[in-house]
Amino acid sequence: MHTKNLTELAKGLREREFSSVEFTQACLERVGRLDEQLNCFITVTAEQALRQAHAADARIQSGEAGPLTGIPFAHKDIFCTQGVKTSCGSKMLDNFISPYDATVTQYLNEAGAVMIGKTNMDEFAMGSSNETSFYGPVKNPWDPQRVPGGSSGGSAAAVAARLVPASTGTDTGGSIRQPAALCGITGLKPTYGRVSRYGMIAFASSLDQGGPLTRSAEDAAIMLGAMAGFDARDSTSVDRPVEDYMVGLNDSLEGLKIGLPKEFFGAGLAGGVADAVTAALGEYEKLGATLVDISLPNTSLAVPTYYVVAPAECSSNLSRMDGVRFGYRASDPQDLEDLYTRSRGEGFGPEVKRRIMIGTYALSAGYYDAYYHKAQQVRRLIREDFLKAFETIDVIMGPTAPTAAFRLGEKSDAPITMYLSDIYTIAVNLAGLPGLSIPAGLTDGLPLGLQVIGNYFEEARLLNIAHRFQQVTDWHELAPQGFE
Amino acid sequence: MALDTSEVENIAHLARLGIDPADIVEYARNLSDILAFVEQLNAVDTTGVEPLAHPLEATQRLRADEVTETVEREDFQQCAPQTEAGLYLVPKVIE
Repeated sequence: MHTKNLTELAKGLREREFSSVEFTQACLERVGRLDEQLNCFITVTAEQALRQAHAADARIQSGEAGPLTGIPFAHKDIFCTQGVKTSCGSKMLDNFISPYDATVTQYLNEAGAVMIGKTNMDEFAMGSSNETSFYGPVKNPWDPQRVPGGSSGGSAAAVAARLVPASTGTDTGGSIRQPAALCGITGLKPTYGRVSRYGMIAFASSLDQGGPLTRSAEDAAIMLGAMAGFDARDSTSVDRPVEDYMVGLNDSLEGLKIGLPKEFFGAGLAGGVADAVTAALGEYEKLGATLVDISLPNTSLAVPTYYVVAPAECSSNLSRMDGVRFGYRASDPQDLEDLYTRSRGEGFGPEVKRRIMIGTYALSAGYYDAYYHKAQQVRRLIREDFLKAFETIDVIMGPTAPTAAFRLGEKSDAPITMYLSDIYTIAVNLAGLPGLSIPAGLTDGLPLGLQVIGNYFEEARLLNIAHRFQQVTDWHELAPQGFE
Repeated sequence: MALDTSEVENIAHLARLGIDPADIVEYARNLSDILAFVEQLNAVDTTGVEPLAHPLEATQRLRADEVTETVEREDFQQCAPQTEAGLYLVPKVIE
């Protein structure tokens, strides 16, 4: 069962080949047997999953099933789940049992999907390797000495290891696409505002966006259909109907104009990754697309811009973690200041502290114009690069990450080296555009991703472009050894 | 912009963030590296460029001022570190 895609699984459930309870038990068994070596899950919700599976089976029997009814999935531990621990990978929220559901949680519940558990992640989604988690790093199923990427590392590794057919993630600077690339799966970051942020613990509110991680583009289309939609409780949610992401999956790519930014193929890109991306672009030419050289001249400014905007927003968002109303509280506080200072000092890890301090500094009196205002101006220039490019081409392609998965500990002592692993993904968040990563080959036995960036609200087109590639290649079918 | 240890202490204080004194030197080094890295933005001419706060340039949506939620204090206080009679308890602020 664990090798089937979502369409096959829904058919199997509908035709009573197996029940949701049986499939859920099989997933839980696989998690129990294999996750000890990977550490994908912070919490496994076996009892609740079986209850949901029973309810799904009843719904299937009554003929009211949707495409996700009875399908198990893993939920990134950044999405609030009522009655279930929602830790965000932090000691600060290790004791936090959410009193409410995130909108994405609610939508997936309503679709009848079965939550197997909450996945491991970089602390408050701040990291590109899953090494900043309070619960320890996730191991990459392709090589346990290597990172799965981050911050949605647990969600990506769980899908790659075939523990679950689908999972949720969030992407602030690459946190869906980069781990998808490093784990050899498909990951989609939708347009800013497409998926509700309500109940999705905020890191950088003008950049954060939830999306699916799956093995194929077709599966991502099914997941996004359930996750997307207007939500009055999120002030930045976009009031626009959700498309049927399945209907155009097989559309022809004849005449598609693919822009290749020269800045994505320069120094810093590993040779094996460049070769695989070039080969993938060749497949697109065979499918009828034309390749056009373009320039996104401000690309090199994306990472520095992000490391002003994101920490500034995080320092503000994380000020709510103060040890008063929820979360960790230091023992025996002497006074209110001591309560705040020690609860936050003991509750947050080093990377979160660094970002809070950078943000606090950038927003402080006398420095605001030099840092935050300046970064927001450059942010506009970065966005204009994309808008100008989309006047002449349909989509942009390039590598998702400059290298395949790196070794655990290789970059964890050098923040800026780590930040640069998101060099091709970060600009997409700054511009608020949709982007996805699909498996495009192996280099030294490790998977790597092709990134496809579209204009605003072109998720359906991106999924179509990814799906057509997956029909003529089988990189997305490869499973890591030991997890076939 | 290189930060010295007293500046780091001041920033940590502004953020109400307890830092182990043994770690201050390393934070000063890391934060200075990050600031030096982002300072390449200074070389960009942004004269007359409007700052971009929202990627879609949308403005805040307003809603009617109506009561739509019920108070669920007990549920919400179940995850609180310390409460009494519906109130959140903190150390004494006023003598």
